[in-house]
Amino acid sequence: MKLDVQGRSAYAYTGGKAWSDAGPCAVFIHGALNDHSVWTLLARWYAHHGYRVLAVDLPGHGRSEGPPLASVEALGDWVLALLAAANVTSAHLAGHSMGSLIALEAASRAPERAAALVMVGTAYPMKVSDALLATARDDPGKAIAMVNAFSHSSLASKPSYPGPGAWLRGGSSALMHRIQSDADGNLFEHDFRVCDAYAGGIEAARRVACPAHLIIGSRDVMTPAKATKDLADVLDATVARIVSGHALMQEAPDEVLNAMRAAIPA
Amino acid sequence: MPGPSDPAFDTLALHAGAAPDPATGARATPIHLTTSFVFESSEHAASLFNMERAGHVYSRISNPTTAVFEERLAALEGGAGAIATASGQAALHLAIATIAGAGSHIVASAALYGGSHNLLAYTLPRFGIETTFVRPRDIDAWRAAIRPNTRLLLGESLGNPGLDVLDIPRVSQIAHDAGVPLLVDATFTTPWLQQPFKLGADLVFHSATKFLSGHGTVVGGVLADSGRFDWERSGRFPELSAPYAGFHDMVFTEESTVGAFLLRARREGLRDFGACMSPHTAWLILQGMETLPLRMERHVANARKVVAFLASHPMVAKVGYPELESHPDHALARALLPRGCGSVFSFDLRGSRRQGVAFIEALQLFSHLANVGDCRSLVIHPASTTHFRMDDAALGAAGIGPGTIRLSIGLEDADDLIADLKAALKTAERAAA
Repeated sequence: MKLDVQGRSAYAYTGGKAWSDAGPCAVFIHGALNDHSVWTLLARWYAHHGYRVLAVDLPGHGRSEGPPLASVEALGDWVLALLAAANVTSAHLAGHSMGSLIALEAASRAPERAAALVMVGTAYPMKVSDALLATARDDPGKAIAMVNAFSHSSLASKPSYPGPGAWLRGGSSALMHRIQSDADGNLFEHDFRVCDAYAGGIEAARRVACPAHLIIGSRDVMTPAKATKDLADVLDATVARIVSGHALMQEAPDEVLNAMRAAIPA
Repeated sequence: MPGPSDPAFDTLALHAGAAPDPATGARATPIHLTTSFVFESSEHAASLFNMERAGHVYSRISNPTTAVFEERLAALEGGAGAIATASGQAALHLAIATIAGAGSHIVASAALYGGSHNLLAYTLPRFGIETTFVRPRDIDAWRAAIRPNTRLLLGESLGNPGLDVLDIPRVSQIAHDAGVPLLVDATFTTPWLQQPFKLGADLVFHSATKFLSGHGTVVGGVLADSGRFDWERSGRFPELSAPYAGFHDMVFTEESTVGAFLLRARREGLRDFGACMSPHTAWLILQGMETLPLRMERHVANARKVVAFLASHPMVAKVGYPELESHPDHALARALLPRGCGSVFSFDLRGSRRQGVAFIEALQLFSHLANVGDCRSLVIHPASTTHFRMDDAALGAAGIGPGTIRLSIGLEDADDLIADLKAALKTAERAAA
């Protein structure tokens, strides 16, 4: 559905169900150069198990009007504004990669509005190498290929996503190219710089009041499992480790659902 | 299965989509000959049916063995995914039926396999889908043929049987300017010789019966999607961008930004038309695909030797192989097919129809049958077999003459193939008397 958020049109996938005015709400936030479609299986599951679902396209991504916002903090505010636009007073916040930092920031800025925080494929700090930043700036297509290669740990993830017959690396590459080509300017470099520049993670974690949960890929080389310890300690978070690379929802959709059900029960 | 971060083609041909079986440790892909898959619970069943989870329900829709084939083909093509079908014809029909219906229009190359031509020219009009055929080299004709109701541009990477080289970069640009996708039949080239998605195509299909299987054992097809075409932005495809009453008002482009086409093709096309691939067939094609790079290299090497022999033989009027400077698409082939132009080609025999018959019947190693892409060498007379429903004008447009003979060069010793052809040409020469 479309919402007016901070004066601009924003899109959120509602999990295949019409939006309703009542009931618990789960928000799903995608990562760099992605859109809501990385979450659709999980979002659809929650939408059909008692939740109102908002799987968002961040500003300047997919169906949401730009420009992209300049910082994780601004994006955290945007998520809270989106909740207000949808008349949601409290929500479970889930994010992947860059989206996990946005969920963290939103949960810290309005602790009373976060029922739970789920950070998937996360790390803090989420530094991006100078080489990758330079490649994203100078040759986004090459950078997409690099990130796509780094994000997948297997040549045979089953049952694949969104279903059998899908080639995950090809789908991820096509999605990133689509989002980049639809954007004004170099969105890939922008998103990476947003991740790289975020310095408020530990402070934000200290302000979070809701239960926090980390879902980590044991083969993730983009956001390695070891880079979550400080964050997990401050959040006092549960940590679920799944055999997967960085593209957790695609490589291990059932395992992520199982871990998420422990965090956000149906 | 951990793997290299960015595996190359030959590695993907062996490993993409397949891992050791988690239940048994079997290294080769098991053949899952089962119609159905047990649900863990009623809730699990409901979530699979409602696409809240990925998984297998019924083998008409998906099957673990078949999925390995689909994912491997998609990997080799550089696509987002693929759907295996009962035949190449079923793949073409699935592509069209997913995005076209009564009142729709297709622009297609006139140089098509006869079966594809039959579907477009005779059968689909009965269902309200019209096709305009254009000469594939006439770039302006592609553009001029597009109508407001055009849903698809269609051509073969190498046209059958004259090997017209489809100018995929230019034709795809014309398609995209009009907001429609380009579908390429890449059967003759396979992804080893050309990856149409890298050149601008949006959808690709194969008769997997041919080189992908490579052994002349099973009939199958496959349809792959690049994931790059923006169905919603085009505005021509409500099948994908508007609620679908046949699946709980699902909007496929919202469900999957890059997988919308394949979602509908599987959820509607396989569900309702049912032209699925048997897992046994998928397994046999997978066996073939494991050696695709090795076989294609040898197919092309043998074809080049045979072409060179025929091109210098006095009984041969013309050889239609794009690597020859005499072929009208020679320059295009050098640009788009740097690894070679495959091993299926045609030549025109001098002399009478009787001499043509004598030639075919004198061949010993070449098998006279209606197929291509076998590891064994094959021969056929298109005007009386694969393209027999086409009139003279349509045959001419497809580059087929009454004396045209099509060869599919296999993996035998090239010297033996040349010896067989040499003897048969001698017989044909004597038949003139």
